[in-house]
Amino acid sequence: MPSTDAEPYLRVEDLSVSFPTRDGVVRAVTGMTYQVALGKTLGIVGESGSGKSVSSLAVMGLHDMKRTQMEGSIRIEDTEVVGLPEDRMRRLRGNAAAMIFQDPLTALHPFYTIGAQIVEAYRVHNPDVSKREAKAKAVDMLERVGIPQPNRRVDDFPHQFSGGMRQRAMIAMSLVNNPKLLFADEPTTALDVTVQAQILDLLQELQRDFGSAIVIITHDLGVIAEMADEVLVMYAGRCVEYGATREVLTHPEMPYTWGLLNSVPELTGDPEEALLPIPGSPPSLLNPPNGCAFHPRCGYSHLVPADLCTRELPLLEPSPRGESHLKRCHLLDPENDMRTHEPVVDEEVLEQPDLVVADRVQAPDQQTLSTAGDSNG
Amino acid sequence: MAEAATSASRGAAPLLEVRDLVKHFPVKSSGLIRRTVGQVQAIDGISFSIDPGQSLGLVGESGCGKSTTGRVLMKLYEPTSGEMLFDGVDLAPLSQRQMLPHRKDIQLIFQDPYSSLNPRHTVGTIIATPLQVHKVVPEKQVMDRVKDLLKLVGLNPEHYNRYPSEFSGGQRQRIGIARALALTPKLMIADEPVSALDVSIQAQVINLLQDLQREFNIAFLFIAHDLAIVRHFCPEIAVMYLGKIVEIGDRDTIYNRPHHPYTQALLSAVPDVKQAAIGGRRDRIRLQGDVPSPINPPSGCRFRTRCWKAQDICAAQEPPLLQIGSAEHQVACHFAEPNTNILATSA
Repeated sequence: MPSTDAEPYLRVEDLSVSFPTRDGVVRAVTGMTYQVALGKTLGIVGESGSGKSVSSLAVMGLHDMKRTQMEGSIRIEDTEVVGLPEDRMRRLRGNAAAMIFQDPLTALHPFYTIGAQIVEAYRVHNPDVSKREAKAKAVDMLERVGIPQPNRRVDDFPHQFSGGMRQRAMIAMSLVNNPKLLFADEPTTALDVTVQAQILDLLQELQRDFGSAIVIITHDLGVIAEMADEVLVMYAGRCVEYGATREVLTHPEMPYTWGLLNSVPELTGDPEEALLPIPGSPPSLLNPPNGCAFHPRCGYSHLVPADLCTRELPLLEPSPRGESHLKRCHLLDPENDMRTHEPVVDEEVLEQPDLVVADRVQAPDQQTLSTAGDSNG
Repeated sequence: MAEAATSASRGAAPLLEVRDLVKHFPVKSSGLIRRTVGQVQAIDGISFSIDPGQSLGLVGESGCGKSTTGRVLMKLYEPTSGEMLFDGVDLAPLSQRQMLPHRKDIQLIFQDPYSSLNPRHTVGTIIATPLQVHKVVPEKQVMDRVKDLLKLVGLNPEHYNRYPSEFSGGQRQRIGIARALALTPKLMIADEPVSALDVSIQAQVINLLQDLQREFNIAFLFIAHDLAIVRHFCPEIAVMYLGKIVEIGDRDTIYNRPHHPYTQALLSAVPDVKQAAIGGRRDRIRLQGDVPSPINPPSGCRFRTRCWKAQDICAAQEPPLLQIGSAEHQVACHFAEPNTNILATSA
């Protein structure tokens, strides 16, 4: 396993989450294993529908268990989360583990003041604290996250805050009980770059002060590169690469990661250089491709003998780069192959509409579930 | 690369020339008698030009007026004042009816491929509509043209009778591009054309737009907040802040020798994968606070409330957009000076 000297605070083992739907079972996450130690940051990167948000909601116990099948194990410190009764989960949530959502405007309640929402989060876990003390704590927290004039702004409503301030307020709310584990699900996607830089700085500073473990979920490799100690790349509900951030981003061992890195333009270097996109689009989780889920879009599967990629799911195993760098690819030395071979891709892939969806949708008003992951993206 | 910027000064006629464009939205009071109590100064006197077949990038943070600029150019909003010379004709005073023949030459690509396509129309209908409205091809040939267009944007022409919901986000964006392309416009306004797409799909769409630009010699006004994508797409870039252009110049100047403090801060805030991955980290310029409200913008220089260089003069006097060095590079700052270290890595 890629990790760590310290005892991990969060251990996720062989986690699978699936949702039975009218159209079949959506396997949003399959066999995911990772761990995070206190003071460390894990980045989970993937596209919409790759299962990255589903896995974090599972750790927070936020899935509706009537409609969700969950297998495997999630341990926060010594507590097993899978199968934990709701009342115990509620005590854990906010106290041991907290979450920062992507869109602070929908995550904050529009009818209550910022202060009232922080006070509520605090008093739920500390019922003995008086309202006055709780409010003082709220002002403290707002000041801590850099809201100007916190004793006045504490009585503002969310709509009176700007986007960056709302995200700060949400961070204040999630940190009010001093949780050891923080899930940040696309914390800066809705923000402008200068504000994004402020929020990322703030998260790093708070991590230094509180020593918490952070899991940051994003599609932005730049954010991962700046924030994370380790990175886990997800594709179609599975972990496809896992290792130290610098290692994975400089020596990717999975064609998908390689493709992601090549398709992003840079701020330096030759601006006229053509981008190398990954052809096609991410698969539907209702009916993922056989074998390696990435094979229809992969430019290197022709290097693997005997159509192995289309038939057999590769294992998540140590790469030639070392024990702590895991990859899920049939190529024996993917990095070398990717550097020395030109990708070969079937042009057909580009033109295929999502056939699963196409079969299902008869009328245009049935605009449901265009991709399986959208419902929780 | 410098071509786009210099040709204006060479005297070649630009395709689009915008002069002192202003768009203010009135703010009404609540209650029975709705008086105008203020103005949202979405665009406040911007000027730029685009040559045929060239791209101008418009960057800035949300609320800076970049999308409003695109919509005013399409006359989806009436400009408050200013001129918009397109092919020599000023579009600003035209009525919607007078505008109609010009619409054909300016087309818009939208950000969100989910809300910009009618879910009850087939792809064929969506792409055929502009052809029929402007009667550019005889009715009998419309379907063939639609299929050609679908092929051109990399979709299967046989899918013309499918509905948008059957396509993925990237494919829908291709449909939107085909619709914009149907009238072979001279200018495309691309308003955040890839920001709603997954990372792996963004490059596909960018490459498609570049291929089409080369093939049909289309000029682009490329509106985006992603500085890396704008750098890749546009040889010339304008940086906006609160309704003003604060710096405009060619790619090399804007990215390697930015003069305006805001441009410098914006660049330094972008996380860069490759640099961070090798352990380098740029010295980030930390801006305080948020963008002020465009209803009540700061006096003088609008950036002064967040600027580390601000002096008394910045509040008293608005810095004009002045030419610096080469003809095509203009900066609006009292204390403009180049910073060549923004993208340099410090270990």
